[in-house]
Amino acid sequence: MKLFEHEAKEILSKYEIPIPNGGLANSPAQARETATRVNAPVVVKAQVLVAGRGKAGGILFANSPREAELSSRKLLGAEIMGLRVQCVLVEEKLLVRRELYFGITLDRSSRSYVAIASSEGGVNIEETAATAPEKIVKVFVDPLYGFRPHHARQIVKKLGYMGDQMRELVAIFLKLYRVAMDYDAELCEMNPLVETTQGKFVAADARLIIDDNALYRHPDFQRRLIEEGGTELNEQELKARKSGLAYVKLDGNIGVIGNGAGLVMATLDVVELYGGKPANFLDVGGGASSDKMAAALDLVLSDPRVEVVFINVLGGITRCDEIAEGILEVKSRIGFVKPMVIRLVGTNEEKGKRILTEAGIQVLDSMEEAAERAVEIVKAGR
Amino acid sequence: MNLPLGIFVDTRTKAIVQGITGSQGSFHTKLMLGYGTQIVAGVTPRKGGTRVHNVPVYDTVEEALKKHEADVSVIFVPAPFAADAAFEALEGELKILVIITEHIPVRDAVQVMARAKRQGAVVIGPNTPGIITPAECKLGIMPAHIFRRGTVGIASRSGTLTYEIAVGISKMGLGQSTCVGLGGDPVVGLSFVEVLREFEKDKHTEAVVLIGEIGGDMEEQAAEFISTEGYAKPVVAFVAGRTAPLGRRMGHAGAIVMGGTGTAKSKIEAFKAAGVEVAEKPSDVAKMLAERLRGKDIFGGAESET
Repeated sequence: MKLFEHEAKEILSKYEIPIPNGGLANSPAQARETATRVNAPVVVKAQVLVAGRGKAGGILFANSPREAELSSRKLLGAEIMGLRVQCVLVEEKLLVRRELYFGITLDRSSRSYVAIASSEGGVNIEETAATAPEKIVKVFVDPLYGFRPHHARQIVKKLGYMGDQMRELVAIFLKLYRVAMDYDAELCEMNPLVETTQGKFVAADARLIIDDNALYRHPDFQRRLIEEGGTELNEQELKARKSGLAYVKLDGNIGVIGNGAGLVMATLDVVELYGGKPANFLDVGGGASSDKMAAALDLVLSDPRVEVVFINVLGGITRCDEIAEGILEVKSRIGFVKPMVIRLVGTNEEKGKRILTEAGIQVLDSMEEAAERAVEIVKAGR
Repeated sequence: MNLPLGIFVDTRTKAIVQGITGSQGSFHTKLMLGYGTQIVAGVTPRKGGTRVHNVPVYDTVEEALKKHEADVSVIFVPAPFAADAAFEALEGELKILVIITEHIPVRDAVQVMARAKRQGAVVIGPNTPGIITPAECKLGIMPAHIFRRGTVGIASRSGTLTYEIAVGISKMGLGQSTCVGLGGDPVVGLSFVEVLREFEKDKHTEAVVLIGEIGGDMEEQAAEFISTEGYAKPVVAFVAGRTAPLGRRMGHAGAIVMGGTGTAKSKIEAFKAAGVEVAEKPSDVAKMLAERLRGKDIFGGAESET
């Protein structure tokens, strides 16, 4: 789960990491009030869950409370990279000497977290890592031992700071590691971490992504996600999540449902191989009940762009008869509004096939054959 | 009796099941016992003294191991408690952990892996269907009937896709030496490279199938290993997720392209550059294997199939 910048900064501030003066605004009047309180030139930042909003016009500068009001009027309700702006963050404009990067993220290859720092912050860190790896400092964190003060000191030295500045930066790095662990962060970064002209350090921007599997340990955010939305997921994706289905919207017209993430991914690939375009990824998971299958089918059919539905199930712990019952349930409720291609093999295959063929639905044995059929149906409909 | 074959597990393997009284734990214990796997004890806190399918249940791993000898634990414990169960098994000096549980937080997983590494224990999973050496030992939830004793080693990051490909291999008259699911999470215990090493040492394994997917760089590392070490056995690969969009999680927590790394394209190209044949469709894997193994006397040699 991606947190908004203002949520991430609130957490950083709770851990006493310096953030710019300012506050959140839901209306132009509120933006004006905040700018008045800050009493200095401000930055008005659209709160959207997407990287690169600056280039897309989501960050504006204002020299007076009046300008802050106008800027926020422009941003509030507008769309930045396809996402609607619900609120803006109004913050003092920092006087920048240098922009640094510091973040904690997961390193899959080493099966551990890694602390990453750079003397060139403010830009995409992955690009820096690719184009100028010498500007990146990395410290791998032993999970049983943690990120310790001397690790932070090693990084700070390499960034070129000493004395009081070293002490300050070390403290900030250690606090950010604490945040990353306490919030089960997949990624927790300050980019840029600004060194001001006075030599102080302030987290000018912050990103925090919580591991979805750890959300149960962060009930406030889990509740926020389910009740208020505020997520990079679209409506259908959020609905799927609530019903325990893994769904990703794609831009084609063949709705795909299957059991098992790998099998569904391979199904999408095979559909494309035969010249089709999948409308979605939908994994009903292992051992899906007929209810879950019906919910999956409802979800896919609710997408107006879907022209044909391709169901690919290989039953292991999933039972083919449950899948068949789920399909029939939807059929009896709303009828077959779209053509369907079904491949059903594995556990209780005979029973599942019997249920469907008796209802006049044809079932295929090979996923390749079924994919080809689905693509043909779409082409014939043109 | 035939000599034990395959990697990690065989007829001699003795296992305990943690979370044996839960619906999944109990159901699959029954199936594993039915397959002939030696499940010597179960562990569920507060259920000690009971029995599940006649397997004695204990409150702690410590008690179970005092009464029974075992080298593996199969873990069905729910995600919030799974890491503690894994630590308990590791403290009991078990050599192999098979963690079936899905949705374990990554922060927990990295700690389990670090602890396991320190004592040289093997972790299969989390979020794995498990491991099977056909006709000898099944530790996990895969449908046993699709596997047959044979000579193809399979390592995979996915469940059902593995079954899809294993069915094809079985139908072709080939069988599997061992099939191991690495798990669909971003942090798992075994890598393709480690499994490739084991299959290379195993004299029953004639060829290896790697079933990868988007996310991470395990496939690229495997390709690097195969080309630099001059891997001795034929390898065929399949990589799922060629059409997956960037930055989206495709069902598995680990199936995500982040910051441009982990694309199927990169993995397929790495495999091809290492001389590994990459199948376009799941059904091509068995055909490619048959081609590579042509002339070797291994077809139809599955008389001891269960």
